[in-house]
Amino acid sequence: MSDQIDYILHLGDNALILGHRNSEWTGHGPILEQDIALSNIALDLIGQARYYYQYASERINACGHAPRLVPGHEGMPVTEDVLAYLRDAWDFRNCLLVEQGNGHWGKTVLRQFFFSAYQFELYGALRHSRDSQLAAIAAKSLKEVTYHLRWSGEWVIRLGDGTGESHIRMEEAMDDLWKYTGELFSPADYEKAVALPGIAVDLATIRPAWEVKVDDVLKTAGLERKEGEWMQKGGKQGKHTESLGYLLAEMQFLQRAYPGCEW
Amino acid sequence: MDKQYTMQDKASWPLWEIFIRSKQGLDHKHVGSLHAADAAMAIENARDVYTRRMEGISIWVVESHHIHASNPDEAASFYDPANDKVYRHPTFYDLPDELKHM
Repeated sequence: MSDQIDYILHLGDNALILGHRNSEWTGHGPILEQDIALSNIALDLIGQARYYYQYASERINACGHAPRLVPGHEGMPVTEDVLAYLRDAWDFRNCLLVEQGNGHWGKTVLRQFFFSAYQFELYGALRHSRDSQLAAIAAKSLKEVTYHLRWSGEWVIRLGDGTGESHIRMEEAMDDLWKYTGELFSPADYEKAVALPGIAVDLATIRPAWEVKVDDVLKTAGLERKEGEWMQKGGKQGKHTESLGYLLAEMQFLQRAYPGCEW
Repeated sequence: MDKQYTMQDKASWPLWEIFIRSKQGLDHKHVGSLHAADAAMAIENARDVYTRRMEGISIWVVESHHIHASNPDEAASFYDPANDKVYRHPTFYDLPDELKHM
């Protein structure tokens, strides 16, 4: 049971953290139309996170397997807001990729592309999960992700195959981000445990499709994979890069400083 | 923001006029304009800017410089002569009751 809750939280944390990162662009996009486009994606992802957290809360409150909350909040009933605002970095199970800083526009769209290509395959498979709730969330979210993938892929091509300057920026972004893509397909113990009974997706089965999609776009964009590069991991187990701490400090500030505050 | 990260020539993104069909059977209506690098991006931008609240099922984009407009200074000679031509309106027919929406 606790493995399944960990898995649901992992799915929710991925969506929330990337949604929050994207929301940092709101009001700062390079052009109004793209500001709106990325803000829409941010809202889609935060919406997905809410579904996962609502479902996780339901299961947590039913079985009493409470996640660790920040001091002063132990033992309180778990809600979607509690899961988002009252856990510390080491209890988040998102991949390292989604917490990385926005950098420039090229890095943001490349991060989105790697992750959307992953989420596209993941949700496609998760629709057949034996957990009907997860299957329903995946089916609904897949339409959103299909557009995220199209939008981010076109940007990667546009910039990779754009001007000399934009190409260099995309190569920088590849240097920054490629090392975090391995973790997407490196299952945590809880993923393995719930993949066996057909609840979670067996990541090995979706990797080939991800590679085809990514290779296709990178090739068109004139960018090269970093073959043989050491892959960073640990986010799924709560071992994060320093980026997550700064993100949470901003995202959680209000609820941590003024518990239960509403507006 | 770092100077080198700003877009160097924002003016190079042309303006596009956006037309949205709100539902099957209705015509595309002009809803506004936006900037985009090319037609594919204009359609995606229009999707994100103008159809966020279920406003449409089909999008047309036309680069603004392809639109040729009548000259407002010529409004008098263009439109006023139609003022007194009531016979151009098909209002002299008796329609059967069964005919709706005419």
